[in-house]
Formats: sequence, structure tokens, C-alpha cells
Amino acid sequence: MSNQSGADSGLAPGGDAVASFAYQHTLLSRVQHALHSNPALVPLIVLILSILVFGALLGSKFFSSFALTLILQQVAIVGIVGAAQSLVILTAGIDLSVGAIMVLSSVIMGQFTFRLGLPPALAVVCGLAVGTFIGFINGWLIARIKLPPFIVTLGMWQIALATNFLYSGNETIRAQEIEVSAPLLQFFGQSFSVGGAVFTYGVIFFILLVLVLAYILRHTAWGRHVYAVGDDPDAAELSGVNSRKVLISVYALSGLICAFAGWVLIGRIGSVSPTSGQSANIESITAVVIGGISLFGGRGSILGMFFGALIVGVFSLGLRLLGADAQWTYLLIGALIIGAVAVDQWIRKVSA
Amino acid sequence: MTGTAMAQDVSACLITKTDTNPFFVKMKEGAEAKAAELGVTLKSFAGKIDGDHETQVAAIETCIADGASGILLTASDTSAIVQSVQKARDAGLVVIALDTPLNPIDAADATFATDNFLAGELIGKWAAGKLGADGVANAKIAMLDLAVSQPSVDVLRDQGFLTGFGIDVADGNKWGDETDPRIVGHDVTAGNEEGGRKAMENLLAKDPMINVVYTINEPSAAGAYEALKSFGRENDVLIVSVDGGCPGVANVKDGVIGATSQQYPLQMAALGVEAIKAWADSGAKPEPTPGKDFFDTGVSLVTDEPVDGVESIDSTEGAALCWG
Repeated sequence: MSNQSGADSGLAPGGDAVASFAYQHTLLSRVQHALHSNPALVPLIVLILSILVFGALLGSKFFSSFALTLILQQVAIVGIVGAAQSLVILTAGIDLSVGAIMVLSSVIMGQFTFRLGLPPALAVVCGLAVGTFIGFINGWLIARIKLPPFIVTLGMWQIALATNFLYSGNETIRAQEIEVSAPLLQFFGQSFSVGGAVFTYGVIFFILLVLVLAYILRHTAWGRHVYAVGDDPDAAELSGVNSRKVLISVYALSGLICAFAGWVLIGRIGSVSPTSGQSANIESITAVVIGGISLFGGRGSILGMFFGALIVGVFSLGLRLLGADAQWTYLLIGALIIGAVAVDQWIRKVSA
Repeated sequence: MTGTAMAQDVSACLITKTDTNPFFVKMKEGAEAKAAELGVTLKSFAGKIDGDHETQVAAIETCIADGASGILLTASDTSAIVQSVQKARDAGLVVIALDTPLNPIDAADATFATDNFLAGELIGKWAAGKLGADGVANAKIAMLDLAVSQPSVDVLRDQGFLTGFGIDVADGNKWGDETDPRIVGHDVTAGNEEGGRKAMENLLAKDPMINVVYTINEPSAAGAYEALKSFGRENDVLIVSVDGGCPGVANVKDGVIGATSQQYPLQMAALGVEAIKAWADSGAKPEPTPGKDFFDTGVSLVTDEPVDGVESIDSTEGAALCWG
């Protein structure tokens, strides 16, 4: 099997020593092996290259701690949703409802505070609970009723979005009102600066979330099970993994993370707006794919997604600073997606 | 051809883009109130989401089959809907486009809409008046547009603003081709807070000294304000916008938005129902506003800091009329 999962990359060096032969130690095979055992390496290299290229073209306008932390702020929401998406895709699933769960959760936090008059902290808890519950339903339908993830989350996307519009009446709660009576909702929008770098609490949450998930996926039983279920559910089942439980927990956790993204979203845009997050599902999948996580499950790392999200952010800001038409961003991101999958296939083939 | 329905049995259809956008909710309220007043039977249809063309086509077909006298339509796809509209007109219905002109505009019997160019021009003139001659000469302008596809309302408002401000727009049918150095750049917002914030950040990274911000609508203006706040620049930048929704007018009162051009969707719909009634009773079609190819339902500048030479109403009056 060439599909060695990223989770057991800790074992890879030893395994490689057994399997390799002297004539295979060309430069290419070494590079390929390094890439194979560190799935986050390709996106990291692309990220560094793109920062260097835009830095060379734009100078201090781009290559400043201010601009670089601005990129972090701009990708934080897609990145948080991307973390949820990564978990799901590692199980060989897909979650098309992430953006809808995010915006519905944020609307619930806002409306429960302003329409029902709940204390903001309680409204936030309700929003997080609703997000988790929607994720749980996704997971239950997929694991128990055996419906395909694509179909379940396609349906849930529309249900959550329709609920969002119907419940909110598509009315925005203004930033000024939130600032006065429920500043807790804007918590993640607060920022502090270190030198010229500006970090919002949302960015800090994003980075911590990625680090914690990376640790959990690599070093806990649950994390290994997620990879195992994605790689080969039958084999996982036979070796004693309760794959149904793992799947349900992954989708529920994905819902919870999306609800947190909704909270971060309120901080970023100030207001509670039901029209936000319409393309978060596609953007999160983009970050995951560029980050080298295989859509077939069981391979890739969440750090790769982190770099993938940043690559998109670097391209967007860099191209806008160069004065390019916004269409160029889409065109290049599209090329990056195809390129990323091609590289992924190449790594697998060469390592076979 | 004259109306097929009897005068005492007038029925009309209202077809909007969605049922959830407050703009269209207002439109529906206006149509229902007027229909009740005139004794017209009104049936409302809407797409599932913005851009849902198929549902609108099905709604037109339903109205023809139902023997309605006329249709009020806010098209999701202004070109693709033309064929279905022609079918309705062939069947003897009067079709009135509300808010969004069809492409070509004479594909409908009449269009009741805001003059979007004028809406832009008003905020442009206001911004210029507010800055004074020196300010205008040294302005640094950010243009926050709607979408890369440059839909017609987007282009009209954008180019209207630049014209009002006194900037040469080059080709008036598209934005982004101007060469005036006072324009820092254009970016797109998707018309929501999230897009407004990101677009503003991008343009501020390009030039942190931006002091005039044009926004396609008030949600994107609210997003732009959040970005300016994070740069500590919220108090020395003029933001102007278009729409006149109630949250937008409240933002004028709070000083977030300097001035906004207000539209009147309720009015559009009420006039539309009257026109269908007139068509059913006497076969008379509505006439466009003299000098324009559509019936202008009016636009007012809402600001609490009026400038000489630009007529405006204050935010209290604007709030009473918001989307009325």
C-alpha cells in the first residue's frame, strides 16, 4: 500500500530503511520521500515562495509585519472553517454545510441576545450548541443511515441557509448596537499589536485551534482513528475502531468549530449579517486541497491546510496590491488547486 | 391587444428575487397594501435564492395560465428572462420591471426603478462639497464595488459617484478604466459586511491615507467602517453609500456613513399595482419619466451634514421613509 497515512509518519523513517534500495537513492526519490512523509511540506514551500515573490515585487508594502499579519486576519475565518473541513475530509467525507452552519450560529448568537434578550454569554453557548447539533445530525445520517456525506451536507447546507434567512428575516444587527449592549459577541475582533504586527483574538484562536488539532490528530487514539477510518473504514472496523462513533464525533466537532467561526465572524465584521459566509464551503475545500490533504481521505495534515489558507491569502492581497483585476486571483487560485492535486498524485506514484 | 381580464376581476403577480431580502419584503408589503386598496388580487412569487432564474420563469408561466392582467418582475437574470416576458406580453399581460431594468430595457412594457446613476451622482456631489476644493484636489478615493461581473446597478452607481465628484470616468459602461490618480483602487465586496471589510483592508494596504470611500451599498459600508476602525482611521474618512435601508440610515445617524442615497421599493411596487389596474381597466400603459427610458421612482440623499447645492433629507426623515 502506498497510502501510508500522515498519522504514522512517525514510523516512516524506519519503514523506509527496510524498503529502500541503494539505486533508489537519487535526489528525486529523496525529495519525494521527504514530501511523502511530511504532507505539509509542499504547501509550506509554495507559501514561502509566494511570500518571497510578492515581497520582491512589492517591497515593504507587502513584506511588512503589518501586511503579513493582515493576511492572517483575512484568512482566519476560512482557516477555522478549513480546520473543520480538514477533519471531515480526513475521514474521506466532505462537509458542504460548513459556511451555512457558521452563519446560522452567528445569527443565533445575535438574535438570541437582541430578540430574546438572553445574556450574551448564554446566547453564545446556544449558538455553539446549535452548530454542534447540526454537525451531529450530519454525522448521524452519514454513519448510521449510511447516506453519502456529499448528499447529506448538500441538503444540510440548504436547510441551514434557509433557516438562517427565515429566522433572521435577513436583517442585520448593527455593529454599534452590539458594541453598546453585547460586546462579548465581538470578543474575537479585539486586537493587540506587537511592533507593527496586529493580531486579533480571532487569529490567535485560529492558530491555537490548528496546533491543538494537529496534536490531537497525531498523538491521540482518537486522532489515529480519524486517519484510519478515512484510509480504510473496513480495516479500521476490523482492528477494533468504532468507525460510526468516530464519524459522528468528527461531524459534530466540525459543527462546533464552524459555530466558533461564526463567533469569530461577528468580531471581524462587527455586525451580525445573515448574508455572510456564502462561499465558505468552497473556500475551505480550496484551503484543504491546496494544503495537500487528500480528498480520498486518510492522508494529509492540518498544518498543510493552515499553509493552504495562507497561500490563498497571500495571493489575494499580493495581487490586489499589484493592482491586478480581482479575476486574476480566482484564475491563479484555480491553477493552484489543480497543481496541488497533481503534486499529490505525483508524490503517491513515485513513492509506490 | 387589450387586457383579457374583466375590470371587476383584476389579478396581478409580483415576482421578486427572494422572499427574505428586506428590500423585497418591503416591495411585497407595498404591493399588497395597494392591491387591497384597489381590489386587485395579488399573487406573490419569489426565487429560492438570488440568481434563481428557473423559479422566476415558472412563476411567469403560472401567471399566464392563471389569467393575470399583469406581472411586476424583479428579474434575477435580466437577459435570459426576456423570452418568458415576451410570452407573457403575447398572452396579453402587461409586464413591468421593478428595480432592475431588463436587457434590453424595452423588453418590458415599463420599468419602475431608482435612477442608480443619479443615486451615485448625489453622493459624489455631497462628498465633493464636504471636502471643499482643496480636499477634492487631494482626495484619495477607495471604490468598493459589487462584483467582478460589473452588473448594471453597480456600474451606474460607481460611475455616477465619480461623475458627481468631478472625475472623468473614461468608458461610462464599465468601472475600473479611469486613470485619475486620486482613485487608489477598486475592489469587490459581494455587497455584504465581510466583503466590505476585506476590500477596504486591501485598499488601505495599498494606500493607508485613503480619505473617501464609495460603497455600493450599506452592508459593505458597515464592513469598510470596521476595517477603518482597525486602522484607527474611522474618524477621518468619509464613507458614502447607496440604498437607504433602515440599518443604513441608522448608520448615517451614528456617523458611520456620511451620506447615502435612498431608494423606495415600496413605492415602486405600489405604482406597479396601480399601473396593472389601469391597464386592465382601460388598456393604458404606463409612461416613462420624460427624458428617461424608465419611470423614476425617486431617490433622496440622506445625511445629517448637508452641503450647499445638494438637496438632502436628514437621518430622522430618512428613517421614517426607510425603504418606504
